[in-house]
Amino acid sequence: MTKIDSFSLLNKQPCDDEGPVFAEPWHAQAFALAVHLSESGLFSWKEWSQTINDEIIKAQNAGDLDLGNTYYEHWLNALELLVRKKGIFNFEELVKRKEKWRDAYLQTPHGDPVKLTPSNDGY
Amino acid sequence: MPHDGNESTKPPSDPALRVKALESLLVEKGLVDPETLDLLVDTYEHKIGPQNGARVVARAWLDQDFKSSIKIDCSSIIKQVFGFEGRQGEHIIAVENTSKTHNVVVCTLCSCYPWTVLGLPPVWYKSAPYRARIVEDPRSVLAEFGTDIPLDKNILVWDSTSELRYLVIPERPRGTEGWSEEQLITLITRNSMIGVELAKDPAS
Repeated sequence: MTKIDSFSLLNKQPCDDEGPVFAEPWHAQAFALAVHLSESGLFSWKEWSQTINDEIIKAQNAGDLDLGNTYYEHWLNALELLVRKKGIFNFEELVKRKEKWRDAYLQTPHGDPVKLTPSNDGY
Repeated sequence: MPHDGNESTKPPSDPALRVKALESLLVEKGLVDPETLDLLVDTYEHKIGPQNGARVVARAWLDQDFKSSIKIDCSSIIKQVFGFEGRQGEHIIAVENTSKTHNVVVCTLCSCYPWTVLGLPPVWYKSAPYRARIVEDPRSVLAEFGTDIPLDKNILVWDSTSELRYLVIPERPRGTEGWSEEQLITLITRNSMIGVELAKDPAS
């Protein structure tokens, strides 16, 4: 692996005095969800650290170079895993809801706010 | 009309949709409050950041007793003095650079970081190359940051955990005698408090 260029390219963000803290809005939302759920006691921060560490190792083993730019993907994987482990929802529910959001975008005229429409399936 | 009314909205990326799915389900279950989420994002985007740490370091440069106390228990003291409070119940201790020792911080496991004083970590801090190489060969990694540590100076690498995190007190630059806390703050960068750089030179 090349040395410095692997991280110097990324050196400017996030949370620098000059740069944005979160590179994309979903990073911020995923960050806040984990902090909020840990504060409300769904899991401890230690449990969180262990889970994200496992996710990072899993991603590295699957070929992720883990240069820091995929960090919030690990974060999101850990979040989904913990929520499932705690029995809040299962994988199918998460996927179904994700697709529902995708459809909601596609059905919303450009410029209008995107909202989920209530349905009978409970998702 | 800038847009055709029938044009649909392009969905965001897959991870963004996954986050929306999680958030909406958690809100419906009453496990998450959207206002708390917004407040958390706002806090980390605008209110918590390296400026907090810079305040702590500047105070330490000016006040020996304060410095001694944050080397034992930084989290309690900064809560008491500045009202900076950790969210994960983590402890922070300050490690001081001296003429004999340079300190640098990493989290080899994931990216534990003293959020309370530095905000969220930069991307490189979370990268595998930094996490591995700063332990194996700190001197050359520091050199790549433009920080040359003399060979006769020891480098200590501190590995953070979810329970214990570190704040580096860089050496106070020469030529700052008589400076106020506010003036000193301008010399203290995020990277100097992680230990990959020195405090700014007042002459530059």
